Parts: sequence; structure tokens; C-alpha cells
Amino acid sequence: MASAATPVERGRPSFGRPRRARLPDEILKWVLTLLAAGILALIGFFFIRLYGEAHLAFSKFGWIGFTFDNSWDVSKSVFGALPLVVGTMITAGVALVVGVPVAVAAALYVTELCPRRLRTPLTILIDLLAAVPSIVYGLWGVFVVIPRLRSIEQWFSDTFGFLPFIGGHVAGPNYFIGGLILAIMIIPIVSAISREVIATVPTDHKEAALALGATRWEMIRMAVLPYSRAGIMGAAMLGLGRAIGETIAVTLVVGNAPEIGKHLFDQGYTLAAVIANEFGEAAATPIHRSALIAAGLVLFVLTLAVNAIARYYVVRAERTGTAAGALPGVTVTE
Amino acid sequence: MTSALLQTTSAGRRRRDVGMRGVLLIGTIVALVPLFLVLFYVVKRGIGAWSVTFFTTDPTGAFLGDPGGVKSALLGTIEIVLLASLIAVPIGIGVAVYLVEYGKQSPFARVVRYFVDVLTGVPSIVFGLFIYIVLILGGGFGGFAGWKGSVALALLMLPVVTRASEVVLNTVPDTLREAALALGSPRWRIVFRVVLPTALPGLVTGALLAIARAAGETAPLLFTAFAINASNFDLGKPMNSLPLQIWNDVRQAQDRLVERAWGSAMALIVLILLLTIPARILSRRSRTA
Repeated sequence: MASAATPVERGRPSFGRPRRARLPDEILKWVLTLLAAGILALIGFFFIRLYGEAHLAFSKFGWIGFTFDNSWDVSKSVFGALPLVVGTMITAGVALVVGVPVAVAAALYVTELCPRRLRTPLTILIDLLAAVPSIVYGLWGVFVVIPRLRSIEQWFSDTFGFLPFIGGHVAGPNYFIGGLILAIMIIPIVSAISREVIATVPTDHKEAALALGATRWEMIRMAVLPYSRAGIMGAAMLGLGRAIGETIAVTLVVGNAPEIGKHLFDQGYTLAAVIANEFGEAAATPIHRSALIAAGLVLFVLTLAVNAIARYYVVRAERTGTAAGALPGVTVTE
Repeated sequence: MTSALLQTTSAGRRRRDVGMRGVLLIGTIVALVPLFLVLFYVVKRGIGAWSVTFFTTDPTGAFLGDPGGVKSALLGTIEIVLLASLIAVPIGIGVAVYLVEYGKQSPFARVVRYFVDVLTGVPSIVFGLFIYIVLILGGGFGGFAGWKGSVALALLMLPVVTRASEVVLNTVPDTLREAALALGSPRWRIVFRVVLPTALPGLVTGALLAIARAAGETAPLLFTAFAINASNFDLGKPMNSLPLQIWNDVRQAQDRLVERAWGSAMALIVLILLLTIPARILSRRSRTA
């Protein structure tokens, strides 16, 4: 009966395709929608299960107590994660200070200065840094970087001992080495995103700067950097997120001492490293296991926050190009 | 650029220009030095460990004496990563197809896109913890097993595949879809016969890069697949893998184990390059096509 009705009578033209032929369409649409919804469900489930397992530690030491107490002692079953949080911050901070300028310099060189023929090979080489697995960086760090840099670190520590957080005996594995390895690991991502952002700078702006007699560097300083500043900030934040969550390489080179180191070249620990290192033995002790899962949750929340800020900057840079900051010579502080 | 007649740039500014160009060049070189150093040391120390027996024997587990090879680790990595890809690649591409063909800019699609980005930022060790909690602590699935490592790796690959595929699917011209629609083709056929084949090289690139990333991951396998010495083809049992083999060998202060670690690192890097290089070539080809 329904087939007798003309399309017009049903209120919507269907061009005569029977309902059965539309069925695969509906199925595909629902299957794909379910897959997409599955991702949301997964993250919800993720958070709930992590929290459920971490609950024991949080209820015993409290949210604040767990995160900010300076005491991580497995033998006494006391778990305050401050040494880990501080270690994570120090290593990630070193990674940013060392890695971001290098990554941005490489991005500027590749996009603005280098001969066209070199552009693709250089890009591929920098991207290859990301192809080296974390464990290989760790292996290289332990057997090459630590022994080779030790005497230089000791010299630096002795010579610049008057600076804060510098001086004293250099431990083999330490915060600085951890940060250095992390810096190498975040260079490809920071550089890649900086390149993308720099590529969005309008050619008009650059040509205008050059036409006014600016040198290449002045063009970069007055046209390229102000325009892409927000995006580069975002790239650095994404690098920070990477550095905070990176586990295996850091575990091998940071020393794994659950105390706050006295200086930059002292042994330390990070949130991710403590999980990798202690989880095997902790599986049998509920409170220890719960504390490590709580450390994972703190790590998770920390990376979420950092990535959210990063995304805000990158999206803003892509959408508006931060044109407001692009008035030549007004804002650059570098 | 500046001739004698048209001397507009002062010497100071020119010096500064040359200086800063030099700084940027040095930055680029500094960024590349670690790559060459890592590769140099991996080849230098790893090549000595390579031999026929290195690839054909399992680790013996002996601390002193003959440590054995890495057969089980190599096999395990291939098995675990293969299963992870079978899980992550279809789902990842499916979600990308949803986002591009159906969800577009709807609020739900935006939320999904946001959370895919969130997944990208989750540290890999946290995925390992999550799978441990759900599949091992949760009970019902037994203890450590290769497939659990695969699931952890799949979680890690999923957002990478989805983001890469979404970008590629977006480059399929709308005129192709419109032409197919105008010929009376239903949407599902457009997806399978027009959109996916057109985007295929790019999809393969994204998948290969995600697989390469997963192959090198250690953290998600630590408390999911565990590590054993013997080779096996049963993903329901604990399973060795190259990253875990290196991880366990590095932490032993024993020269022959460390040598095996370098050899395994070289094998791992070769494996990853075998996945990365075709991916790059494919992406180049699809861009020029």
C-alpha cells in the first residue's frame, strides 16, 4: 500500500528507492555512530576504573596529602607523591628549556631560510627523531650519554655552584640527563607543529617586510614570529604534555630515588617512572598498587590540563592567525 | 641583494642578519645531532650482536653464560602488533569515516573529535595501567597475555589512525561524492566504492605510521603482555616482545645482556624503518597524484 503512494504524497521525495535499499545506509550510519560513541564511553570508563582503583590511596592520604606530601616510602607504606610531581616538573622543564628553542629554530630554518631542495630531506630527518622508540633513547642514555656527560656536568656544577640548584656531587643518572633525553624526544613534535603554524603566515606579510627593506631575520622577527607566536606556544605546550607522560626513557636515566633532589644533577623520580619501576612488585600490595594507580591518575589529569591549554593555543592560531599580534615591531621580546 | 648603488642595509643590521641566520642553522644541526648519534651507537654496538643464532634462538634466561637470542621477542612483537593493528585500524578508520561523512560539524562529532585528541595526549603507561585494571585485576580473563598487550597498543594507535584518516578523507573532493550521488548511488556505496579507494594511499600511510609507533612502545606492555623467554604463537599466554626484551636486558649489569639489548634495539629500529619508509613514499605519491 505504501508503495502506491507517490513521493509527493509522503511529503518527501525519495526518487523511488525502496526502503529495503536504504537499509544498508542506515546500518552503516549507526555502526559508525556507535563506534564514535564508543570512544566517549571508553574515556568515561577509563576515568571511572582508574579512579576506582586509586580510591584506596586517596581515601587514606587524601587528595591533597597524596599529591603534595613529601614522602614516598614503600617499606612504611607511606605514599606522598610530591617528590614525583617535582621530578616530573623539573625534567619536563629542562626538556622545554633545551628542546623548544632548538625545535623552533629548526622549524624557522626549514620553512624560511633553507634552500628549497633541502626542505623535504631536513623535514624527514627531523621527523625521524620521533621514529626512534623511547626504549632506544633510554638505552643510549644509560650507556652513552650518562658516562660521556658526567665529567662535563661535574665541571659545570663546580664552576657555576653559586647559581641556585646547581652545585654538589653529580649523580650518574639525574634530573638533567632525564630532561635532556626528553628534550630530544619532544623536538620532532614541537618542530612539526611550529612548521605548520609558520606555514600559515601570509606571504603578503613577509613580502611587505622584505619590500620595506627588512633583512631576512628582520622579516622573521617582525612578520613571522608575531603571527605564529600563539601557535608556537601551543606547540611547546604539546611538547610539555609529551614530556610529562614519557615513561621508559626517563625511568632508565633519572635515577629513581623517591626524594626531592637537592640540585639539578641529583637523582630523582617522576610520576611515570615510578609506575614503570614499582608496579611489578606492587601488584601484591593493595595500598602500594593503589598509590601507583593514583600516581597514574595525577599524571593523566596533568597531561589533560596541559593538552587542553595547548589545543586552545593551536586552534586559536589556526583560526585567527593571531592577526592582532601581527603589528610589526610591537610585541616581539626575543 | 644589495648592490653598491643601492646600499640600504647598514652593516650592523646585516651582521645581525647573518648572525641570526647562523643561529637558526645551528639550531637545526643541534636538532639532528642526536638522531645521528643514536643511530650511530645503535649500529656500532648492535651489529656485533647480530648473527644467525641471535634471530633463531630464544633467550635462555641465564644471567651468566650464553644469554641466547631474541627469536621470541621478534615473533612476539610481530604477533602483538599485528593483532593491535587488526583492532585499531578498522575502528580508527570507521570513526574517521563517521566524522567526515556523517558527523561533520555536528555537536556530537565535535565532542568525539575533542576526545580523540584527548586520547592522543594520554601517556602510554596510563593505557597499560588501564588495561591491567580492566583485563587482569577485573578478573574473568586470566593473567598476563599477549592479546592484552595488543589491546593496550590498540588504544594507543586508535587516535593516531583516526586523526590521520580524518585528514586524508577530508582531501577527497566533494565533487566525487556529488557525482556518485547524482548517479543514484546510495551513501554506503559511496563510502566503500568512492571515498575509501580514493583515500587509500593516505589511509595506509596513517596506519603504517601508527603501527610503527606501537611497535616501539614498551610501557603499555609492561603489565599486560609481560615477558617470557620461550617463543609462542598463543596470544592467550604471556608473550615476549623486543621493547620488553631491551627493557629487561638494560637493567641487568651484565655485558652480554647489554650487548643483546643493543642488538635488539637495532632490530627494533630496522623494523620501524621498514614500516615508516613505505609510509612516507606512499604519502608522497598520493600528494603528487
